[in-house]
Amino acid sequence: MYRSNETPAFDVRDLRMRYGAKDVLAGVTFSAQRGEVLALLGPNGAGKTTTIEILEGFRARSAGEVSVLGSDPARGNEAWRARLGVVLQSWRDHKFWRVRELLAYQARFYAPFATADVARPWDVDELIEAVGLTDAANAKIMTLSGGQRRRLDVAIGIVGRPELVFFDEPTAGFDPHARRDFHDLVHRLSDFENTTILMTTHDLDEAEKIADRILVLDEGRIVADGSPDQLAREFTTATEVHWTSGGRRHVHAVCEGDSSGFVRDLLIENADVTELEVRRASLEDTYMALVQRAESRQSRIAKPGGSASNTPGLQA
Amino acid sequence: MTTTIPLDARWAAVQAGLFRGWIETRQNFTETAYVIGHALPPVAYVAVLLFMRAIARGKTTVPGTDFSLVTMVLPSLLGMTIVYGGLSAPAPIITADREEGTLLRAKATPNGMVGYLVGKIVMFASTTLLSLIAIVIPGIMIVDNLVLDARAWLLLALIFVVGMVSTVPIGVALGSLMKSSLQAVLVPLVCTLLMIPSGIFFPITMLPTWLQWVAQAFPFYWVGLGARSAMLPAKMVALEIGQSWRTLEMFAVLGVWAVMGFVLAPILLRRMARRQSGSALAKVRERYMTKGY
Repeated sequence: MYRSNETPAFDVRDLRMRYGAKDVLAGVTFSAQRGEVLALLGPNGAGKTTTIEILEGFRARSAGEVSVLGSDPARGNEAWRARLGVVLQSWRDHKFWRVRELLAYQARFYAPFATADVARPWDVDELIEAVGLTDAANAKIMTLSGGQRRRLDVAIGIVGRPELVFFDEPTAGFDPHARRDFHDLVHRLSDFENTTILMTTHDLDEAEKIADRILVLDEGRIVADGSPDQLAREFTTATEVHWTSGGRRHVHAVCEGDSSGFVRDLLIENADVTELEVRRASLEDTYMALVQRAESRQSRIAKPGGSASNTPGLQA
Repeated sequence: MTTTIPLDARWAAVQAGLFRGWIETRQNFTETAYVIGHALPPVAYVAVLLFMRAIARGKTTVPGTDFSLVTMVLPSLLGMTIVYGGLSAPAPIITADREEGTLLRAKATPNGMVGYLVGKIVMFASTTLLSLIAIVIPGIMIVDNLVLDARAWLLLALIFVVGMVSTVPIGVALGSLMKSSLQAVLVPLVCTLLMIPSGIFFPITMLPTWLQWVAQAFPFYWVGLGARSAMLPAKMVALEIGQSWRTLEMFAVLGVWAVMGFVLAPILLRRMARRQSGSALAKVRERYMTKGY
């Protein structure tokens, strides 16, 4: 999917962010190759939004090395900005504008940044079709539904044909249909346009569906980094073996190690075993275990002070 | 790697800004809420002019002349409209755009702030100009004794341009300074207070000297003076401070305001833009959801 001889789309080393006495990011290191889709996952207050805002160049960091498309985002110029897509969680902006008007306006800024390799901007009508807003192209933005509005945000974020796109909680409030459309669009961007994508999400299921790699951020640290399969293997030790024998259904949980040995013995010792199933815990179980571990650790730390701190914090 | 000619990109941003200005001007004259906001002041001013003409009929209210007070009020209202459009109108708009996320979008776009500012300036200028036209056309039918020759119109056009240049940057700076749209409402309020001693509804020479000095520190008085110098018969200069139109002083004071604005506006805008981020916007949204403003 990517050519490894290219410079990485971004490279973050030992990123730290401190507000007063609180370390929001305590040494985050990760990078992405061109065309990769990364999902940044984590409980509230883990530092996801802070990380993405530092990479977008919207927030100054306390320490660490950050390179995004070969530049330090704290010193990124307009030509650098033109190669980035930032999908904002919009709210009420441009309410009297029409969909096509706003996209045509945004598109104009990117034309001078076209190169021989990248035709900029995206054709506005083609883009409107790609995000499924053709019927609403002439509608006032204030009349759009939540899902349509979000698709417009995505369209504005990618109108300049960015090499790297940041999505912060892109599908919050989407219905299942809009969610699937969004996933299709992400696949299209990464497969056909070789766009690198970094998205934050709470939703592990979504991350599993669209990400090549999942990073789990917890208390300002990366606690897991790998493909969905890798993570499931790495963090899951529990396996359940289900079978039927002697007319009864049996379950055996293998908590540590490989379950193959148990299954081999089972089959040798019981000739009548049927309906054998080996279930590995889903990544969701893994993730929930991680979040729970994080929360119990938090409340342990908070105990001397007497207050439980596992209430969800504000998004940092 | 991308190779770019920055000048090219800037020019594209200026063109995008003109496009933005056109779209937003059009919205100002098609969206009901905006239309009412723009139509009310001219309607009120025309009512004031008609009222003043009615009570002034047969009397000479301007000492030493045969002219009625209503004659000096029309150009003064034009001056006030120019300054109001440049100084007071931008602050709430800039603050609202910030809180709604328009400025963050501009920041996420290459040269987006250039496009945003050009668009706003076009919009402020065009809406102010159209307000002026809405006052001038009925105004000259109501008010007698105005001088309406080529010199008057040319001077008015010049005063419009100078008035906008000297006030829009300050208005934008004030908008970037305000912490919330609730605070930004203070700007039009203070401006309205400043209009009272600025020689708009009665000659400034009727006021105590210290208040005359306060008024002379602000553009309302000077742009109004300029408009009066363009449209009033020469004899009416008797009502002004020092019995002079003080054209040179007018351009000097407005020039100082323009320089102040062009120095302050980019600094304050940049400071404000630096603070914009998705989470800053989320905080504003949270405030709206919980407090309602």
